[in-house]
Amino acid sequence: MRQEKPRFLVSCMVFGYAFLYVPIILLIIYSFNYSPLLPVWGGFSTRWYSRLLESPEVWDATLLSLKIAFISASVATVFGTLAGLALARLGRFRGKTIFTGMISAPLVMPEVITGLSLLLFFITLWQLTGWPEQRGMFTITIAHITFAMAYVAVIIQSRLAGTNQALEEAAMDLGAKPLRVLTDITIPMLAPGMMAGWLLAFTLSLDDLIIASFVSGPGSTTLPMLIYSRIRLGLKPDINALATILIVSVAVGVFIAGWIMLRQQKQRALLANE
Amino acid sequence: MAASDQSTGPWYAKITNAVHRNLKSLIVGIPFFWLILFFLVPFFIVLKLSFAESIIASPPFTSLLDWSQGGFPSIAINTDNYLYLIEDNLYTSTFLNSLKIATVCTIICLLIGYPMAYGIVRTQGTWRYILLLLIILPFWTSFLLRVYAWMGILADQGTINDLLLWLGFIDKPIKLLYRPIAVYIGIIYTYLPFMILPLYANMEKLDSSLREAAMDLGANPVSTFFTVTLPMTLPGIIAGSLLVFIPATGEFVVPDLLGGGNVLMIGRLLFSEFNANHDWPVASAIAVVLLIVLVIPMMLYHKVQAAEANS
Repeated sequence: MRQEKPRFLVSCMVFGYAFLYVPIILLIIYSFNYSPLLPVWGGFSTRWYSRLLESPEVWDATLLSLKIAFISASVATVFGTLAGLALARLGRFRGKTIFTGMISAPLVMPEVITGLSLLLFFITLWQLTGWPEQRGMFTITIAHITFAMAYVAVIIQSRLAGTNQALEEAAMDLGAKPLRVLTDITIPMLAPGMMAGWLLAFTLSLDDLIIASFVSGPGSTTLPMLIYSRIRLGLKPDINALATILIVSVAVGVFIAGWIMLRQQKQRALLANE
Repeated sequence: MAASDQSTGPWYAKITNAVHRNLKSLIVGIPFFWLILFFLVPFFIVLKLSFAESIIASPPFTSLLDWSQGGFPSIAINTDNYLYLIEDNLYTSTFLNSLKIATVCTIICLLIGYPMAYGIVRTQGTWRYILLLLIILPFWTSFLLRVYAWMGILADQGTINDLLLWLGFIDKPIKLLYRPIAVYIGIIYTYLPFMILPLYANMEKLDSSLREAAMDLGANPVSTFFTVTLPMTLPGIIAGSLLVFIPATGEFVVPDLLGGGNVLMIGRLLFSEFNANHDWPVASAIAVVLLIVLVIPMMLYHKVQAAEANS
């Protein structure tokens, strides 16, 4: 195997990674800018951080976003796992083609269409039944469950495709009922995939602006909606501070998760060698 | 275990038995029901509304089903919204402009992303892992904030203008923000990871022995690339390109924040038709047309994914 990489490849990678990361680094640097006139540099300061943390709107929006993300990720993980099981383990069933289509469509569907259709659905439902009277946290949560479960289903399906069914078949042969096999073997085997799915669903929900803007009502402003309403009119140093907090915490989380996974892989490789 | 099952009482046993008997229908049924209710039905409502008439009321459209005729509802179909989309130049040119921007951005993402994915696959050990994590990281950070980062770079007093002024290449700031170039940069930037990951997933599985065999048989690196590597990575290229092209066509945040209304894209037009003009039937008609335009690439993506999963 040739080890050295052509110079062309190396320069492409340097350019690519710089393109991906220089904007984020600049965003972080400017959050410590004293000057309110971004991006003119006016000396080091943390005043935008204190201003940010003093703002009750930011706290309210963050709390609402976290609540929605927690509930929708949890429900989406359950539904998405069931959907992934249905696709990978149950063979053929009636309506499988429609089911597969509905599961994979939200992954590529433009968000404006999803948002518009769900809003019109909630309005029609309200006209017919008088419910939901007010749109807000509840409707946003339903919308987020619907598109996040597709991502979970894809993760679960690919995990199941990569594992063999020998354990499940052995349990069946030994007389375990299907439910027992599911709860004692399949679900524990899927736990890492479900965890990954939950985390992805959680971040997708925290990140969503468009669908939430459509299905939200007066008084329910999520964090992305708040950020959007502020930056539409130009650069805002306190949003740089907020961005820094969010990006750094996500980066630390991803790297810790990555480090743990790498260590597990190495341990498994060691065990396999012994 | 069987004894403890029986001792838990009849109501519990009944439920467990029912679950046992209907396990398969429960696993399929729960997500199926949810998706029909909150995914399929909403689409039919959009479709229905696109044939309705716009009125000034709340909600601002006429009902399609007319119940006044007694028992059976009569259906009033009104194609005015679609005719309006065809007749008004704004909509056609916005659609074409969105497709053009999405196509150009997809090609540039491929040109930047392909060598990057290839480089990551050719890296060994922990470094490969770190490089991959750096591609995944943007997926977990806010899309909105990554677009916002470019507002500071492209502004009149932004980083690029500062740098060019300082270097003496220009003597007054050039306008970048709220111009088409800003939208192109923004879309390429935010969708680049979507191109790299499927390419990486595809290249990782490739057998390097074919490439080595071609080299051993005397093919130069360039012809090896075009005759061996490129055809083998085609599924990754198609999957990555569609993952960029489809959402980029309907993009709203980038044209809104970086284009500032000067760059017409269909996602933004739909949003403003709905929010600012309150013309819900026209907004629905735009959504239906957008979906029709994107349905072929979506099915293609689905097919490529299914083929990858089976291989």
